[in-house]
Amino acid sequence: MSEFASTVAPPLPATTEKLKFYLIWVVAAVALLLLPNIFSSGGSLTTFSLIGISIVFSLSYNILLGQTGMLSFGHAVYYGLGGFLVIHAINIIGADKLPIPLPVVPLIGGLTGLLFAALLGWVSTQRSGTAFAMISLGVAELIASSALILRTFFGGEAGVSANRTKLLKLFGWNFGPQIQIYYLVAAWTLIAVIAMYALTRTPLGRMCNAVRDNPERVQFVGYNPHVVRYLAFCFSGFFAGIAGALAAINFEIANSAYLGAVQSGTVLFATYIGGIGFFIGPIVGAIFVTFLSLGLSDLTPVWQLYFGLIFIVVVLFAPGGITGLLMMHRPLLKAGTLTKVLPSYLIALVPTLAMITGLVLAIETIVHYTVNPGDDSHIKAFGVNFDAASPYIWAMSVILLIGGYLAARKTWTWVGHAWDSATSATREKGIAA
Amino acid sequence: MLELIVISTLNGVLFGMLLFLMASGLTVIFSMLGVLNFAHASFYMLGAFFGFQISRWFGFWPALLIAPLLAGAIGAGVERFGLRRVHRNGHVAELLFTFGLAFVIEEVAQIIWGKSPVDFRIPSLLDFSAFTIFSTNYPAYKMFMLLVSIAIFVGLLIVLKKTRIGLIVQAALTHPHMVGHLGHNVGRIFMLVFGVGTALAAVAGVIAGPALVTQSNMAGLLGPILFVVVVVGGLGSLPGAFVASLLIGLVQTFAVSMNGSLSGAFGPLSPAYASTWLADIWGVTVAQIAPIVPYVLLVLILIFRPMGLLGTRDT
Repeated sequence: MSEFASTVAPPLPATTEKLKFYLIWVVAAVALLLLPNIFSSGGSLTTFSLIGISIVFSLSYNILLGQTGMLSFGHAVYYGLGGFLVIHAINIIGADKLPIPLPVVPLIGGLTGLLFAALLGWVSTQRSGTAFAMISLGVAELIASSALILRTFFGGEAGVSANRTKLLKLFGWNFGPQIQIYYLVAAWTLIAVIAMYALTRTPLGRMCNAVRDNPERVQFVGYNPHVVRYLAFCFSGFFAGIAGALAAINFEIANSAYLGAVQSGTVLFATYIGGIGFFIGPIVGAIFVTFLSLGLSDLTPVWQLYFGLIFIVVVLFAPGGITGLLMMHRPLLKAGTLTKVLPSYLIALVPTLAMITGLVLAIETIVHYTVNPGDDSHIKAFGVNFDAASPYIWAMSVILLIGGYLAARKTWTWVGHAWDSATSATREKGIAA
Repeated sequence: MLELIVISTLNGVLFGMLLFLMASGLTVIFSMLGVLNFAHASFYMLGAFFGFQISRWFGFWPALLIAPLLAGAIGAGVERFGLRRVHRNGHVAELLFTFGLAFVIEEVAQIIWGKSPVDFRIPSLLDFSAFTIFSTNYPAYKMFMLLVSIAIFVGLLIVLKKTRIGLIVQAALTHPHMVGHLGHNVGRIFMLVFGVGTALAAVAGVIAGPALVTQSNMAGLLGPILFVVVVVGGLGSLPGAFVASLLIGLVQTFAVSMNGSLSGAFGPLSPAYASTWLADIWGVTVAQIAPIVPYVLLVLILIFRPMGLLGTRDT
């Protein structure tokens, strides 16, 4: 019997493995503590706060998409409602002098998200797949349009604002300066990330994966997939509410954009670009997309177009996202066969970059002629000055685009061959690839 | 009152037929390819903008023909080079691809035609009032829109019921795999259906463009309602999509023309809490809640009949 159990159950992790695991979280906590000492400017603190909020939101979204296989187009509903309730809570707490300090307030947002997810989730999670996606979209539109009708509560177009400094002081912190908000967001981010990681290790988390992969089989085992999806939906709503609460505290305002389709789309972009297959994927995606949206908007007026194009490229060519691409190389790294692919990558990189340059030149030139015709044709995009009226630029962009495409197609097939030989070499060394 | 009913019924049927022009393509594409084309409303928008641009160069009538062909060609290209590639990554990836596509198309339209509405005029040939009912002049262009959409509806019906390709499409609605097993070139049929579906959406765009507002956010406004139509009608059911289109067209048009509110109906009984934040619910008119009526309908349908009005598939 014991022999049977030992073959079925996974071996208990060794002590060193456990230590390594806890060390990661300690390192993360220390890094979050020390980060403001390295980058102490106000702008970077705001950026870090935004990234923290985005990480919590994206991870909560991945409970649905990555863990349970439910594609939602309306996740911002729970984020936004959490934010609104928190703004109202701050106003009430401040006015009535209730003994509740600000660091506890995000919990109110989380509970709001949980409540609304519990209310709306039972109907929406009856089916998975396309039907769920459409229902989530419909529910999101319903809530977002209602927010514009119920003006007293949602404040109409302008939104509702609050003053976060009027609450009970903890250790003399009034949470006015950004640095204190940074620590608040960082602490909640760490707690939420640990909680969501723990959720993936629970039996519920495992059943979520099972429902994603084979709902029929789950029914045979004796679980109700609808209930599992519903529970995942509730947890996801809870953490989305926390993220919304942190955002509301950070900006001291909540408006209807919090609930809207753009917010729902952004979290979907961030999660998917980061990669839905790994726990760390949405974290990478949140960091990447936040930097991208802050950085690109300085470089070019049509940054949203590039943003959408990046998303389409990821969907078409790298469905695993950034982390999926990186993790593909882990077996090769272990077997030491990575050197077989790297040269072909470098070769493929040249025409690909040329093609991208040509595309960017073409887009920026077109933008010059359609968005601001009649302006000076010497424009600047991505920090480079060029003359959009010059035929040389047109010719160059066409040559780069077409030549780059043709060459890139050729070189990427070489990458494919190199990849095949590298993986077979890896398999020969006995490492699963 | 009678005047309101007649005019609203006409407008509601018109809006419903326009919705069906788009929902029919969406439904057939969903049934055959298994993917709900998130960018379908974007092709409606492309149709309107192409129609505007071509009618500025060559006039309205060429635009009515060329713009849908152009949009349909783009649609077929999207199927051939995008969807077919992403198909092996599963339905979620396909849906995400069309979602990203809708985003990009809106951005591109914004770059080319700007964010504000363009001046897309009714052709002067149709710029008169068709008839006067009670005291309202009903524009001839709206009758033209109605005629075009009914003509396409009848044409579609004939193609589906009487031709060989229609038979294949019908078969693929219920047994998509069997059609492939029977040796039809499924890839080419898919591309054709996708192209025709997007072209139909573009027709709706060209004829709706002058009457409604042609603007870069028109896809984002109409898209969600379109999905409500196909879910309410039953995913994959053409008759269901027809019924749901008319239902939503009528319900929304009637809601817009009504001015009643709870406070209007029960004014003298006004309870004390009507002056608190519930005042919004107390005082809101039916016309104001018209935009959310389709979504309320969606939620109700999902509670009481999850497969949709005429749906049979439990997907």
